[in-house]
Amino acid sequence: MKVAVIRFPGSNCDLDMMAALKRIRGVEPALVWHEDGALGRGDYGAIILPGGFSFADRLRAGAIAANSPAMARVKRLAERGTPVLGVCNGFQILVESGLLPGALLRNSTLKFVCEWTFVRVENTNTPFTSALTEGQVLGLPIAHGEGRYYLPPAELSKLEKDGFVAFRYCDSAGKVTSASNPTGTLNNIAGIRNKEGNVVGLMPHPERATEALLSPLGRPDGTLVLSSLLVKTGGKKRA
Amino acid sequence: MAFFTTKGRTFEVSVVISNKPGVREPEGETILHDLVSKSGFEEVESIRAGKYLRVKVVAPDPASAKLLVEKMCNELRIFNPAAHSCEVSIGRVPGR
Repeated sequence: MKVAVIRFPGSNCDLDMMAALKRIRGVEPALVWHEDGALGRGDYGAIILPGGFSFADRLRAGAIAANSPAMARVKRLAERGTPVLGVCNGFQILVESGLLPGALLRNSTLKFVCEWTFVRVENTNTPFTSALTEGQVLGLPIAHGEGRYYLPPAELSKLEKDGFVAFRYCDSAGKVTSASNPTGTLNNIAGIRNKEGNVVGLMPHPERATEALLSPLGRPDGTLVLSSLLVKTGGKKRA
Repeated sequence: MAFFTTKGRTFEVSVVISNKPGVREPEGETILHDLVSKSGFEEVESIRAGKYLRVKVVAPDPASAKLLVEKMCNELRIFNPAAHSCEVSIGRVPGR
């Protein structure tokens, strides 16, 4: 499967993402500059918006990239069902472009948080969670200043009711607590999916958790997120 | 406020983007708790930080200048409607 990793000016997790994808047998990643028309010719099986600080976070994290020609193409492909994953700044771009609902606001502590977190898998019916099990706890690192997910109360209850929260911060046992919420994000939300399930955004970095040696848990949990792309059917339910 | 140019008049339009009521705004909270309240201004009850854009625009009259900037803010999502309010007003000082 060919996977496009889009590089904006200011992207800085693009090469990590490429390296992580290259190690997955069956995935053929390509780095695509945001102004490159290659995306429109569209034989990509999936698109990934990597982390970083696109356009120096000017106006608001993700806001400028959201209006770029590349995102107009991504929107068209997403509407046709192409899987799209946004990681960190990529998630911010997805909410600013309207492909995912809500906003990612400044962390409630005002601090840039850079640490390993635990996240619980909440929805396995997406191309990026299908290799996972509902309730599974992953160790993934975060590094961001604007990751406090916000959605107006009525829309948030609907998102929860529909089961469109994909990942939630939790403790090592999978319990969702306020102590395990690193940014003040509503309902401990770390990642969400769209209605159709093909667009997923998350703040933690799966590409930085693809080598057991570099994870404090000694597990390459991020690989499971990325290699979900190769799983044909919907994910496993908790037994 | 208005200047004559060959194309028409130039107006200054102010745009204030801030978190909607009910959405926490940690920068204002920090300014209040860690600076203002600790420095003898106990009368200050609340501070909300936001973003301010001063836009110069050529238009036939102030109302159309304001309309154009409002259209720009909505179409380009200068603010995120899920979390922000956006107030557009003519002139330098944002009016209410």
